[in-house]
Amino acid sequence: MRTLLEVVGLSVSFDGFKAINNLSFDIRPAELRAVIGPNGAGKTTFMDIVTGKTKPDHGSVLWGEKSVNLVGLDEAEIAQAGIGRKFQKPTVFEDQTVFENLLMSLSSKRDVWSVFTYRRTEADCASVDKLALDIGLGDDLHRVAGELSHGQKQWLEIGMLLAQDPKLLLVDEPAAGMTPEEREKTTAILVEAAKTRAVVVVEHDMEFVRRLNCRVTVLHEGSVLAEGSLDHVTSNQEVIDVYLGR
Amino acid sequence: MTASHYRRNALIFVLILSLFTVLVSALSAGAGSDVIATSFIKTLGKTLCLALVAIAMDLIWGYAGILSLGHFAFFALGGYMIGMWLMYERTKDIVTQSLNQATIPPTDQEIIDGIGTQIFGVVGSNEFPVIWMFADSLIAQALLVILVPALLAYLFGWFAFRSRVTGVYLSILTQAFTLALSLYLFQNESGLRGNNGLSGLQNLPYVDANQDLVSLWFFWASAVALGLGYLGASYVVSGKFGSVMRAIRDNEARVRFLGYKVETYKLAVFVGTAIIAAIAGALYYPQAGIVNPAEMAPIASIYLAVWVAIGGRGRLYGSVIGAIIVSLLSTWFTGGQAPDLSFGVFTLKWVDWWQVLLGVSFVLVTLYAPKGIGGLFDLLSRRGPSS
Ligand SMILES: Nc1ncnc2c1ncn2[C@@H]1O[C@H](COP(=O)(O)OP(=O)(O)O)[C@@H](O)[C@H]1O
Ligand SMILES: [Mg+2]
Repeated sequence: MRTLLEVVGLSVSFDGFKAINNLSFDIRPAELRAVIGPNGAGKTTFMDIVTGKTKPDHGSVLWGEKSVNLVGLDEAEIAQAGIGRKFQKPTVFEDQTVFENLLMSLSSKRDVWSVFTYRRTEADCASVDKLALDIGLGDDLHRVAGELSHGQKQWLEIGMLLAQDPKLLLVDEPAAGMTPEEREKTTAILVEAAKTRAVVVVEHDMEFVRRLNCRVTVLHEGSVLAEGSLDHVTSNQEVIDVYLGR
Repeated sequence: MTASHYRRNALIFVLILSLFTVLVSALSAGAGSDVIATSFIKTLGKTLCLALVAIAMDLIWGYAGILSLGHFAFFALGGYMIGMWLMYERTKDIVTQSLNQATIPPTDQEIIDGIGTQIFGVVGSNEFPVIWMFADSLIAQALLVILVPALLAYLFGWFAFRSRVTGVYLSILTQAFTLALSLYLFQNESGLRGNNGLSGLQNLPYVDANQDLVSLWFFWASAVALGLGYLGASYVVSGKFGSVMRAIRDNEARVRFLGYKVETYKLAVFVGTAIIAAIAGALYYPQAGIVNPAEMAPIASIYLAVWVAIGGRGRLYGSVIGAIIVSLLSTWFTGGQAPDLSFGVFTLKWVDWWQVLLGVSFVLVTLYAPKGIGGLFDLLSRRGPSS
């Protein structure tokens, strides 16, 4: 399979304002990709479209080997197809324990009846334990998510995404509000995750992107301004003008 | 709360309920005692049914976050469905007996006509509407107790949830639903005796037992239903389904991105709780003796929400406590038993002022004690030996 996700000629406008403007690019399987761009460039909107939250005015989002068009499917169907998403603001279920959060996210049948009749299995508990270790929450399984620190919530959310075992992970500004140590750990988790699946990271922080050490796409006014290695795009005059120079 | 907490609470609940049931039974007229009057046994039995519908309300509102203000409609519908059988058979019994006293034995048609006149005379008719076609079968009507509310809830929920109506808009829609249903039933043409509703439901047909005994039977049935309802609800909310319900309540968009079809889950909870409400109603109205369209007035469903809010939503025992305390107090205040307070020029009549008191309590609880009465248990258990 050459491409996992192919975005073709995507456009969407809000009250006449073009948030995404004829956007096209590809993501390969097991690729780590950083998406950068100034505030309002359309990064979050791009994720909204891919995950079915926002319907585009034009264009298509082709997915997987069969190039299924995701436009028109609902959020749950797209998630079930294998796309996981992490929001800018950490959104875990604060009222529930780390264990419950992860168990709910674990890839398994999602229909009402299967969930209604679900009984905890050894295998599922083991998967949850392993995930919790991976995200550094091994000792916090039975803590309520609301009590976790900001950084821990971010990891829990990443853990919930990994639990879904998606083929593509969309991560929106994971390092925002993190301490330097937390950032380092987040980088490690993402790089590790990208070994077995595609991961698209939206980030502002250049240091963070540098550490990801991957191909970078620069968005500006809803379309791709430049693409390549971080050094390549940061030496691009246009990029310097719209983004880095400010 | 973890699964083991739920298990412990459910066990305590069933224990208390069993003790209560045994105690009340022993002191009842049905058991030859005269400590508790039969009318009060009925009040207690009805209260248990209200506690059951409060559990349904807690499931949909407290756990799934859908503030339905229409669940009392399903409760009343359950009463109507079982009431049809009770009224039909009881009337048939009376009509047959009186016709049998005539010299010529009555034909089947004469009996049917007699029942029709008896039941529908008040609405100027003696024809049986089609919806009464199963009224002579207890099994069929018992099934309809479940099927009719389930179907209505399904249709309503399908349209409402699919168009992603949420929050206050959904609440208003459910109020419109219960209002529409009650207005429809108020019409004589609805086939359910218009504003007269169904009456005489306290009499069990063909059973030669006095009300002392019958009331005790219904009290038991209500206690069993409440116990089973609590256990079932407890099991559901402590498992993965409960996890998804609470997640939908707290952030439904996020749940969608996890791959769960939120609309289907809401629909399932809406229909499931409508069925619980209907079963509670089917046990309540035979104890009340009468069911009429006023029962499903929009205010009834609002009261239901008030009980759950005062008791503490999102915790099953909270909703039960709220329903029991508030409905018993309400009976006491509005029944004229509460002594009026005289302030010289002004006399405070509780029959009128109870509503104000209830309204104020609701506002106070919402503002200052969002966990309701059930929240007190948190304080108690935190002070007790740490777990
Ligand atoms: N639902 C919406 N309605 C109106 N405008 C929106 C909406 N979502 C995003 N926008 C606008 O689209 C632009 C792109 O936003 P966004 O994708 O959030 O940018 P960012 O790259 O910072 O994530 C912004 O100007 C934003 O105000
Ligand atoms: Mg953004």
